[in-house]
Amino acid sequence: MDRRTFFKASLAGGTALAAGAASCPAQARETHPMPPEAVGLLFDSVLCVGCKACVAACKQANGMPMEFSTKDQYWDTPLDISGKTLNVIKAYRNGNMEAKDREENGFAFIKKSCMHCVDPSCVSACPVSAMRKDAKTGVVTYDKDACIGCRYCVAACPFGVPRFTYDSPTPQISKCQLCIHRHKDGKYAACAEVCPTGATLYGKVSVLREEAKRRLALKPGEKTEFPRGHLRAAEEKALRGAPEGKGEQRRQGWQDDGAQRYPGVAGQYLQHVYGEKEFGGTQMLMLSGVSFQKLGYPDLPPRSDAATSETLQHTLYGGLIAPIAVLGALTFIARRNVKHEDEEGGQHG
Amino acid sequence: MANHTHAPAPLGGSLFTPFTLLLGTLSAIAGVILLYRLFYGLGAVTNLNDGYPWGIWIAYDVVVGSAFACGGYAMALLVYIFNKGQYHPLVRPALLASLFGYTLAGASVIFDLGRWWNFWHIFWPGYAQVNSVMFEVAVCISAYIVVMWIEFAPAFLEKWGLKDVRQKLNKLLFFFIALGVLLPSMHQSSLGSLLVIFGEQIHPLWQSGMLLPLIYLMTAILLGFAVVIFEATLSSTGFRRQLETPVLAPLAKLMYGLLAAYVVVRVLDLLLRGALGSAFAATWQAFWFWVEMACFVVPLATLATDRARRSAGRLFAGAVLLMLGGFLLRINGFLVGYMTGEGWHYFPSLAELMVTVGLIAFEILAYIYIVRNYPVLPAAQPATR
Repeated sequence: MDRRTFFKASLAGGTALAAGAASCPAQARETHPMPPEAVGLLFDSVLCVGCKACVAACKQANGMPMEFSTKDQYWDTPLDISGKTLNVIKAYRNGNMEAKDREENGFAFIKKSCMHCVDPSCVSACPVSAMRKDAKTGVVTYDKDACIGCRYCVAACPFGVPRFTYDSPTPQISKCQLCIHRHKDGKYAACAEVCPTGATLYGKVSVLREEAKRRLALKPGEKTEFPRGHLRAAEEKALRGAPEGKGEQRRQGWQDDGAQRYPGVAGQYLQHVYGEKEFGGTQMLMLSGVSFQKLGYPDLPPRSDAATSETLQHTLYGGLIAPIAVLGALTFIARRNVKHEDEEGGQHG
Repeated sequence: MANHTHAPAPLGGSLFTPFTLLLGTLSAIAGVILLYRLFYGLGAVTNLNDGYPWGIWIAYDVVVGSAFACGGYAMALLVYIFNKGQYHPLVRPALLASLFGYTLAGASVIFDLGRWWNFWHIFWPGYAQVNSVMFEVAVCISAYIVVMWIEFAPAFLEKWGLKDVRQKLNKLLFFFIALGVLLPSMHQSSLGSLLVIFGEQIHPLWQSGMLLPLIYLMTAILLGFAVVIFEATLSSTGFRRQLETPVLAPLAKLMYGLLAAYVVVRVLDLLLRGALGSAFAATWQAFWFWVEMACFVVPLATLATDRARRSAGRLFAGAVLLMLGGFLLRINGFLVGYMTGEGWHYFPSLAELMVTVGLIAFEILAYIYIVRNYPVLPAAQPATR
């Protein structure tokens, strides 16, 4: 075979592969939709007072160790999420920090914890199903008994959320799992439970999204009410009994955190619900007066990277059709050429 | 070595030289560090952090290391698929180097895995997650390591005089050869696909999206050719044998064609994605991009003619540049161009570097041991000096 035939053959092989890839458009993987029962958090930076009660409650609820960043190790002072910390409140500061929720000469608070992506990169990246997305609630969970510690999830997450305990000989991934271990006791995410201003709210994503839209529609300075704790849909509350009811009904009503409301004044919001569209959507939604990029959140396209990566993988390897076809062709060619060599009496091996 | 009907034969000679002792010492140091890592964790020996969860043990030992070990793949592709029998003498030494490159890359991954005792989960139904690019890479690399040991088995069987087994294996060898071409095509391209899910965390100069598998596959074959030239030249010099330039020159011609095609693909991709502009920014990424591109473009100029390719010196220099280019493409993609947000830094620790150095030393040591004791290199007269 001369050089010309060599390149012809290469070209033919390449074209065959490309044609094979192009003929499988059914393999294209769209960004996953939001599970209808998805639960998550709504974080409102304007309501956050930076008290960090959520940071302490998260540590307690998840049995996470203290982390120190000061010389005298008096109290838990994490600077970022880490192998020891699943949730932090960070401060944005600019100039003389005159006003809250203002970009210039202002300051703001921002929560950092798992976004519970609708189509998470970590789940797509994980080779051993240690990262899973619950089909019903959409909570992204981690199973250390399955994990091999490859840290592909850490590298893949665009929010930098999964963290790893590098200092341990038996390390593991640390990430917020929305306190699913408390769900069976009728409890919900500890960060939302303790938040005094309702800056972090827990609830169904559909309900939270409505609440976020309601706030964005308010005029700055307008009087309103803010819910606190667990925000439930109106019809759900009705089933649980109204707070103005009597006896048992009234007690149930009071037990319902979703009924906790307090009067407040609408702040100045950017007209943007972060997480509604970003990356195919996230189950943590955020409102803010300061641009999200300034608060450390990336400007992401509506398509998830998992969809792109899996489209590529499925196109090349879907049903193992292409690899088997190529293997067949290679076997045929190799057999002919190895035989050819035998006849010549050449060495092979 | 002009006469390529010469059968492979053991080189013989002493295994204890100052050079092999140095290699042995470096390997032992790496072994001690790895032992330490098992007891005290990755953080005790590496500079890894949550901004750079992958360091050189992945970016170099696996991604670059396995690409450097593509000589066996490239030669098998040439000899058995494109039926270019004249390169046959190059197959076995190339395969041997690949065998060690891959086996050690595979073994070193174990030490990089935080929860290494669970590594078998990748192959286990129920755990295995087939949508993961990592799954595909891990399974294909593992399978390829097994296939290469089978492909290389005739060398051992010859030495041990197991003719029957050898003949039986020879009858089936064509199938393993086919697998040995398919598997690296799959995982070498997938090593590029690993970056797809990193999305915008990879600098636009290296985030080629759907073209990543093609770019990594083309350079893997290119590196395979370059490494064969590099190793053939070194082993001719190191073992005082005649240079194999008559076989290498036409090989270089094929390599040159592939190189030209690669440069076209790479530049077109950058143009079409509108990423080339960022190459003119005053950033480290832009700087290393130009160094990387120079490593590919310079051989395009220096190896352009048949005459140039017959010069052993030029050929060697070209091969070294291409290896450097392939190295940079991968290090740039996985580390230099990996932007995970402000405040994160990574440069390998001395211990991390010593493990990588020790691994390379061990590969060379094992190669020397095998070619001195087993029939790998074509029997030839030593070059007269």
